[in-house]
Amino acid sequence: MLTLKCPFTGAMLDETELHCGGEAHRKRFGPGSSDEDFETYMFVRENRKGVHFELWLHAYGIGKWFIAARDTETLEVYGTYPAQTTEPPQDIKDAITAKRPGWSWREFE
Amino acid sequence: MSEPISALNHASYDGIAKVEECGLQGMITLRGDLSDKVLAKAVKDATGQKVPGQREALVKGDTGVCWMSPDELLVLVQYAEVNAKLADIAGALSGTHALAANVSDARAVFRVSGPNAREVLGKLAPVDLSPDAFQPGQIRRSRLAQVAGAFWMDDAETFRVVCFRSAADYVFKLLKVAAQPGSEVGFY
Repeated sequence: MLTLKCPFTGAMLDETELHCGGEAHRKRFGPGSSDEDFETYMFVRENRKGVHFELWLHAYGIGKWFIAARDTETLEVYGTYPAQTTEPPQDIKDAITAKRPGWSWREFE
Repeated sequence: MSEPISALNHASYDGIAKVEECGLQGMITLRGDLSDKVLAKAVKDATGQKVPGQREALVKGDTGVCWMSPDELLVLVQYAEVNAKLADIAGALSGTHALAANVSDARAVFRVSGPNAREVLGKLAPVDLSPDAFQPGQIRRSRLAQVAGAFWMDDAETFRVVCFRSAADYVFKLLKVAAQPGSEVGFY
């Protein structure tokens, strides 16, 4: 069972009180964008064995979204941070690098 | 004028812990910038308490204030005073970006008391309720089986549980089952 630390309350949240919102750090392409960009935004998803970034909502609690950096292979959680963040914070990147040197995920590495 | 009545009108149950519906409780949801001095003064004037820190519940009897999220507080006042207090808070915050709403009749409040109160809540919520991790003065918003709920401890053997009024009957039945005689786990 996944247990994530809420970056807003500091509480350890059980998977059963959360709702997963899918891939994090999606960049929106709206009106006027190219078909390729919109297709990427709408349909193309990472499906990684290893480092992954996901959106999670504390649905049975404070009702705020946050991002979890975790490993889909080892189930290790590298860290969580507010969903208003556009790029993974450096300490979380460092934590991932310590376990998975040379990792990359979309434009982050 | 109709007579206000709480969801289960003081229903109670005695098992390994005592479960009671607390009756009418004035509750005001207050959203805004919690570091704001005007908001802090409004909270102080209404409850006599300071703005609680992360996951803190500063409650004495039926008056107090609970930290609900980084931008939300739950202000507890006596039911009879809720409209006057709400008007005071709204007046004090008229110049700031904040929201105060009376949610008294949208919620139900339970008290779970006795030496096994931790066990009863521990069976229902996916929360570490060991004395090391959860103490009086802390609040946790989580789920109680299938519905959302919040709870804090008034003292070492007493929990106060808040849920939506529409789920009051469900939560009371949950607490009753969890408090059945002979169902002690002895974990905590």
